[in-house]
Amino acid sequence: MSMTGSVPGTDKRGIRELGGEEKVGWDAVQQGVVLNSFEGTTENSAFLKPEERNYADFNSYTATVASWRIIKPVYNRDICIDCQNCWVWCPDTSIISRDKQMLGIDYDHCKGCGVCVEVCPTNPKSLLMFNEAADNDDELAGWPVKEKKAK
Amino acid sequence: MAKEFDLNEVEVWDGNYAASQALRQAQIDVVAAYPITPSTPIVEGYGSYVANGYIDGEFVMVESEHAAMSGCIGAAAAGGRVATATSSQGFALMAEVLYQASGMRLPIVLTVVNRALASPLNVRGDHSDMYLGRDSGWIQIDAFNAQEAYDLPLCAFKIGENMGVRLPVMVHQDGFTTSHKAQNVYPLKDDIAYKFVGEYKPVDEMLDFTRPVTHGAQTEEDWHYEHKAKQHKALMDSRPVIDEVFAEFSKLTGREYKRVETYMMEDAEVALVLLGSSVESAVLAAKQLREEGIKAGIIAPRCFRPFPYDLVREALDVPSLKAVCCMDKSAPGGAMGALFNEISAAAYTTSSRPLISNYIYGLGGRDFAIDEAKRIIKEQKAHADAGHITTNIQQFSGLRGPKLGFYETRRS
Repeated sequence: MSMTGSVPGTDKRGIRELGGEEKVGWDAVQQGVVLNSFEGTTENSAFLKPEERNYADFNSYTATVASWRIIKPVYNRDICIDCQNCWVWCPDTSIISRDKQMLGIDYDHCKGCGVCVEVCPTNPKSLLMFNEAADNDDELAGWPVKEKKAK
Repeated sequence: MAKEFDLNEVEVWDGNYAASQALRQAQIDVVAAYPITPSTPIVEGYGSYVANGYIDGEFVMVESEHAAMSGCIGAAAAGGRVATATSSQGFALMAEVLYQASGMRLPIVLTVVNRALASPLNVRGDHSDMYLGRDSGWIQIDAFNAQEAYDLPLCAFKIGENMGVRLPVMVHQDGFTTSHKAQNVYPLKDDIAYKFVGEYKPVDEMLDFTRPVTHGAQTEEDWHYEHKAKQHKALMDSRPVIDEVFAEFSKLTGREYKRVETYMMEDAEVALVLLGSSVESAVLAAKQLREEGIKAGIIAPRCFRPFPYDLVREALDVPSLKAVCCMDKSAPGGAMGALFNEISAAAYTTSSRPLISNYIYGLGGRDFAIDEAKRIIKEQKAHADAGHITTNIQQFSGLRGPKLGFYETRRS
C-alpha cells in the first residue's frame, strides 16, 4: 500500500493482507507456533533500517492491517518541526523517521488512534485526523492556518 | 564446573530426595519454583546443590506457581534445560501455563508430588492434581516408589527432549506415601546419569540472536486447529520414543519400565487397574489371593498421558479375563472415574470384553490397605462367577457411613 509519506525502496512492508498468507496443513505448520522474524539468519539486525531487513512472511511487518482503520492521520511536512513527539508516542511504531527527520506515516500498520495528533505541539498541528476515505492532497491544500491567541 | 556428588551404591532416600538428585544429575540450567507441601524438598534440594557448587545453574525463587511455570517457559524458550516441582493447589495455579508449555513444545520436566485438591484443604496424597493435568498436552509418567521417583525424571528429560517429541513431561509420585517414605534407592554415578540424559539441544532458542523468533504467538480459527493437531500427533507419536528410552534405561540399570506395567495377567480371571503407590499393595494382595486359588492380576498404566490405549488393550486381551475393577484416586466430579472411562474404552475393542466396575478410593490420603485390595479382588471374582456386575458399577472404598454407589448393569 503506497501513500504520501511512505518510505520507498525494496521494502516488504505490508505486502500482504493480514491472514492472506498461504494456509498450509497441520503437517507443515511450524512446531510450537514459533515465528521467525527474518528469512534465514541475520547479523546486526538492530542496526539495519526496517526496509533493509529480510522480514519473514510471519513477521507482522509484511502484513497490512490498513483495513482496520476508519480515520487516519495526515502529515503536513511544511509545518512539522521534527520534534519526534509523535514517533515517541505512537503505540504501533507507525511514525517513520530517519535521522530525526519525520518522513511520514506507516499506513500499513497505523490503526488511526490519533495519539500523534494529540501530542503534536505545532500551531497549527502538523498531523490531523481525517476520514479514511479522504484524499490526502485535498486535505493538505485546505490545512488550517495558525490560530491567533485571544487577546 | 560442578563438583561430583559422592554417592553410595545404595542410598536411603525418600521420593522427594530421589527426584532432586535426578534433577541435579541432569544438570538443569534453571529451576523457577515456589514451595508447596509435599513437593518442596525437591526444589529445596536443587537450591542447596546450586549453593554448594554441585550444579552450574540458576535457582529462581518466584512469587507463585503461575510465575514458576512462566519462568520455566521463559528459560526453556531461551534455550535451557529446565525443571520444577509442585503439588495440588500449586499445580492448579500452574494449570493455565501448563497448556502454554506444551503448545510451545518446550521439553520442561515437572516433578509432581500428587496431593488432594481443596476444598476441604488437605495436604495428603491423592490423584486430583494428576487428573487435572490430563488434558494439558504434557506427557505424564507415574512413579510408584522412591527408586522410580529417581529413575523416571532421568528418562523424562530424554523423552521430552527427543527431536521427534519436544514436549514437556510430568513425573508423578504420591504425596507422603512415596515422597516422604525412605527406601533403598540405587543411584547412577553422576557422569553415567548425565551421559544417559545427554547434552541439551535447544530448538528455536531465543538466545540465538542470528535467528530472532517469536514464541507464544496468537492464532485464531485459521491456524489454531492445525497447531493443536500437530501437537496431539507429537504426543501420540511419543509412545515408541518412551518405549525406546525405557529400553535404553533398562540396558543401563537392569530396571525395566513399560508404558503399562502388568503383573500376573497371563492367566488372570480378575484384575485391578490402578496408579501410584497403591500398585505395590495391590500386587501383594493379588499374590496372596493366588495362594487361595483366585487368579488375580494387576494393570498399572505407568504412562498416564499419552494414554496407552494400545498396551492397555493388549493387557486386557486375555481370554481368561472376566472382571476388571478400575480404581480412581480422585473425586470423580459427577462422572465415572477417569481411569474407568479410559480403560473401558480400550476394553470395548478387545475380544475378552471383561465386566468393568469402578472404585473411588484413597481421597485426601485415606489409607488403602492390602486387606481392602483383597476384598475388592474377591468382589471381582463374584462378578466373574455371576457373569454380571453384582454391585453398583461405581462404589467407594474405605468410606465411612452408608454404602455409596451409582448405576447398575441393565439386565432384562
